[in-house]
Amino acid sequence: MAKFFDEMYSGDGASVRKHYDEFAAWQSSQSAETIARKRAESDLIFRRVGITFAVYGNDAGTERLIPFDIIPRIIHAAEWAKLEAGLVQRVKTLNMFIHDIYHDQKIIKAGVIPAEQIFQNAQYRPEMQDVDVASDIYAHIAGVDIVRAGEGEFYVLEDNLRVPSGVSYMLENRKMMMRLFPELFTRHKIAPVDHYPDMLLDNLRSVAPVGVIDPTVVVMTPGMYNSAYFEHAFLAQQMGVELVEGKDLFVKDNTVYMRTTRGPKRVDVIYRRIDDDYLDPLAFRADSSLGVPGLLAAYRAGKVTLANAIGTGVADDKSIYPYVPDMIKFYLSEEPILNNVPTYQCRKKEDLSYTLANLDKLVVKEVHGAGGYGMLVGPASSKQEIEDFRQRIIAKPDGYIAQPTLALSVCPTYVESGIAPRHLDLRPFVLSGKTVSMVKGGLTRVALKDGSLVVNSSQGGGTKDTWILEK
Amino acid sequence: MLSRTADHLFWMSRYTERAENTARMLDVHVQTALLPQSTDDAEQGWRAILGISELLYGYEQKYDALTQKEVIDFMVRDPGNPSSIASCLRQARENARAVRGALTTEAWEIQNATWIKMQSYLTTDALEQNPSEFFEWVKHRSHLSRGVTIGTMLKDEAFHFIRLGTFLERADNTARIIDVKFHGAKETQGKQSQQQSQQQSQGLLRKDDDQQIDFYYWAAILRSVSGFEIYRKVYRDVITPERVAELLILRGDMPRSLLACMDQVLSNLKNVHNDVSADTERFAGKLHADLQFSRIEEILDAGLHDYLTVFLERIFELGNRISKDFLVPLAA
Repeated sequence: MAKFFDEMYSGDGASVRKHYDEFAAWQSSQSAETIARKRAESDLIFRRVGITFAVYGNDAGTERLIPFDIIPRIIHAAEWAKLEAGLVQRVKTLNMFIHDIYHDQKIIKAGVIPAEQIFQNAQYRPEMQDVDVASDIYAHIAGVDIVRAGEGEFYVLEDNLRVPSGVSYMLENRKMMMRLFPELFTRHKIAPVDHYPDMLLDNLRSVAPVGVIDPTVVVMTPGMYNSAYFEHAFLAQQMGVELVEGKDLFVKDNTVYMRTTRGPKRVDVIYRRIDDDYLDPLAFRADSSLGVPGLLAAYRAGKVTLANAIGTGVADDKSIYPYVPDMIKFYLSEEPILNNVPTYQCRKKEDLSYTLANLDKLVVKEVHGAGGYGMLVGPASSKQEIEDFRQRIIAKPDGYIAQPTLALSVCPTYVESGIAPRHLDLRPFVLSGKTVSMVKGGLTRVALKDGSLVVNSSQGGGTKDTWILEK
Repeated sequence: MLSRTADHLFWMSRYTERAENTARMLDVHVQTALLPQSTDDAEQGWRAILGISELLYGYEQKYDALTQKEVIDFMVRDPGNPSSIASCLRQARENARAVRGALTTEAWEIQNATWIKMQSYLTTDALEQNPSEFFEWVKHRSHLSRGVTIGTMLKDEAFHFIRLGTFLERADNTARIIDVKFHGAKETQGKQSQQQSQQQSQGLLRKDDDQQIDFYYWAAILRSVSGFEIYRKVYRDVITPERVAELLILRGDMPRSLLACMDQVLSNLKNVHNDVSADTERFAGKLHADLQFSRIEEILDAGLHDYLTVFLERIFELGNRISKDFLVPLAA
């Protein structure tokens, strides 16, 4: 097994990293029974509180817990400062990029990104061309996936600018840790995350249509059988706004209203947790019963804000991803703070031949895939799986990108056999409105299977509380 | 608030209340069954239970005989019976889950925990071993659910729709419980037998039947609505059908009486008043006034069963009007 960067231990696991010292001392003072009891307790609480995600496929309505690991992922202040600066830079750029794409397209004219990469992308929405949105912000909420390969060496895996989820787990994991181990919080100075819903509401209100003084914000969900329904309900409750479904809304004279017990009420900002395709059956998928007829027209007329905007997918698509460092230079004239993973675009001849020659070493992803589906992890795949995938790539090179297998960092994690190192990533949530802001923290996802690099909860991943230590 | 949210809250509390009242009824019958009685009487008791919930037909589609075990199974576990306690608690929880953001965390957790515990009950034979303990548990969960609503929720529209659901359902259920004797008659389908059983039930009320049977019958009804001790306190006298009926229909201070329920329905309805709800409030007000200004003799003279039948129809109509005005408005 290759040697991976361990978040907690340095050397050969011999010494504890400084920012884990206090935790390690505490941990060694806990009996196995106490830990076992606390772990069982956390399961029980998550189930009672109903922090579950719906599973697709099997009989609808089944709910499953996302496994929660009690060993925190700790990041020290200096490292976070760098991460934060990098995130602000990156998300700022991506918003400028989307605005540019839907207006002057300077970046195309300058030859930084080939035009066909934009206009042939299914995520490019011609409906958005020349539409002005409040504060020129498109990705109001971004959930950027970051992995670590070494000391101070962070890579962005995906930008997630459409409807990123997981923030409720960040908040609930913290609540759980404070409930289970309050003493740990007196022994550490851990940056709080609880004010995220407040920041989110503030951010959403700040991007209301021009002229609206006291905007009404709602959270829009596809409904209670959506896998992230818990999060939708949670955020609506925490912000104190209505949780609506498409059928609760209607559009009249380009204005959006919700049906209430006291008659129609105007809606100004919709934090929608539903994909572009389903937003408006008149404009997109006609078979969508989740959306609101006329919503796009109201949006284009500037009568309502959608967060995130329609068409942000053009910036977080895997085929656009390789250009982000160039974008940062182009719009901000700055050097990128966070690394991009080197990416081979199979649509390019030389990249394709490199990819096909090195399938056993690479991770190959579908350009439009998500959730850890439709990808090949070369080193972990059988000959047959690699050959099958080869045929798929040859059949449709445009649809794939390849990246070297990153040596993702690991963190000690409770597994069946005891404590073992497991790979993890980090998803901080970046809010953009009048300013770019975030809480210090994020969702740490951990692959529970030995050697696995796939952290998605739909693929058996778990989560950890993420501590950003304050100096 | 959103109409859909109000709708979910309204039905959440209706289902919780229905589960409680079903548990109450079943519990009393399980206890009554411990008294010496003929198979016929026992069967009649169980038929009554099914009859007042309008579930006799559904039951007979599934089972041949009327036995305690099977009736309890049907009324507690059966997922195919939408009014079984398991179904009610599941629907209460589903409704709560759909609008969990409109509830306090505690209120939601009670609903969720009840449902989780219910599932584990269903996998054991605890229900068969000690049905009363189980019914007691259902009652307590319902008490807890109401208590957490009152104790933690802002007194806003969400609160009023929850309360509206509770008391509208309770009014319906109490009326059915009082009418149980009518449904106990063996053939409730034919018109003739309906008249027969009506005479029978009025016969009882005229106290020219066996007094001992009378006592156990009415005492059981009182117990099922936690009214036995209240009766003693209020009347300090032997149990008579007239007084039981008076207590459960007309006494405003008896918390499960029809009048007490309508008091609550009316006041909560006033609290959610909107531009189109005046007629519905008037409708509820009339129903309330009828209870407030009636005397038990008039009701009994006209026939208790007929009175209760009309009452249930009016409650049903009121529920529809509330739906139309607030919960599922047709027009935009």
